[in-house]
Amino acid sequence: MSRFTVEVHVTPRPGLLDPQGKAVHHALNALGFEEVEDVRIGKAIYLDVEASTLEEARERAAEMCRKLLANPVTEDFEIA
Amino acid sequence: MKVAIITFPGSNCDYDCYKALKDVVGADPVFRWHRETELGEVDAVVLPGGFSYGDYLRAGAIARMSPIMETVADFARAGGPVLGICNGFQILCEAGLLPGALLHNESLRFTSRDAYVRVETSNTMFTSDYEKGQILRIPIANGEGNYHADKETLARLEGDGLIVFRYVTRDGRVTEDANPNGSAHNIAGIINEAGNVIGMMPHPERAVEEILGSTDGTGVFTSLLGHISTAGAR
Repeated sequence: MSRFTVEVHVTPRPGLLDPQGKAVHHALNALGFEEVEDVRIGKAIYLDVEASTLEEARERAAEMCRKLLANPVTEDFEIA
Repeated sequence: MKVAIITFPGSNCDYDCYKALKDVVGADPVFRWHRETELGEVDAVVLPGGFSYGDYLRAGAIARMSPIMETVADFARAGGPVLGICNGFQILCEAGLLPGALLHNESLRFTSRDAYVRVETSNTMFTSDYEKGQILRIPIANGEGNYHADKETLARLEGDGLIVFRYVTRDGRVTEDANPNGSAHNIAGIINEAGNVIGMMPHPERAVEEILGSTDGTGVFTSLLGHISTAGAR
């Protein structure tokens, strides 16, 4: 067994209201970054996982996303 | 009526529910700590409001992993009445006992104030003491009260009469302004198809005595009490 760090990204579903992203979008525009057309904010989760292979660690991480880390109703996840 | 109130680390409306049940409607509430695995002989379960596990990850996401929640889920699947208020509603959605999810309020603000909600059906064990269309003034206090579900789910909730409470204006109109958090279809509370699991964002336990400014929430508890006494007498 070895130890792998798996990075997981959890993001709000496209089309779903992301109030945090909206607020940051307005703030960036107010700061003069007028080229910003959209902002979406999600989470990055770093998991240190014991597994035989990186592939196995990533598969386990995907299972963790389905069971807890992401809400299938509102969020997508991606193993980076 | 014996009612289990589940206390999670971070629950803060458990004693309000206790008082409403015991002193106002004369039920027999007991606390169950989230680490317990037995409910005991109870007629109903209340998941109170608060910030279980500091709302970490997502509101209600960690609480639903508590040992007691498996027992609560079994109780619910067996037809036992379960009332989830605010954080309790979020936990029920996370646990898959109710459809949908509660997102951050559209305003980005934590909203704590009285809201007007309309009783959409009196044909449930939690609302039988109300009239359909009755307008209640009940406090809300949430940061994540924005009910979301996909189109099919919303259509099913509407079609099957599973929306129990809706945010309205003082005179009962469903408008955008009356919606305090951006909830789809102004939804403030829903019930499952079996009719025994309800989730609501407004706090009925904070509107049970004149001194609290409203007694409009009392009906939720008296309806449940009435249902249990009738069921027990059968």
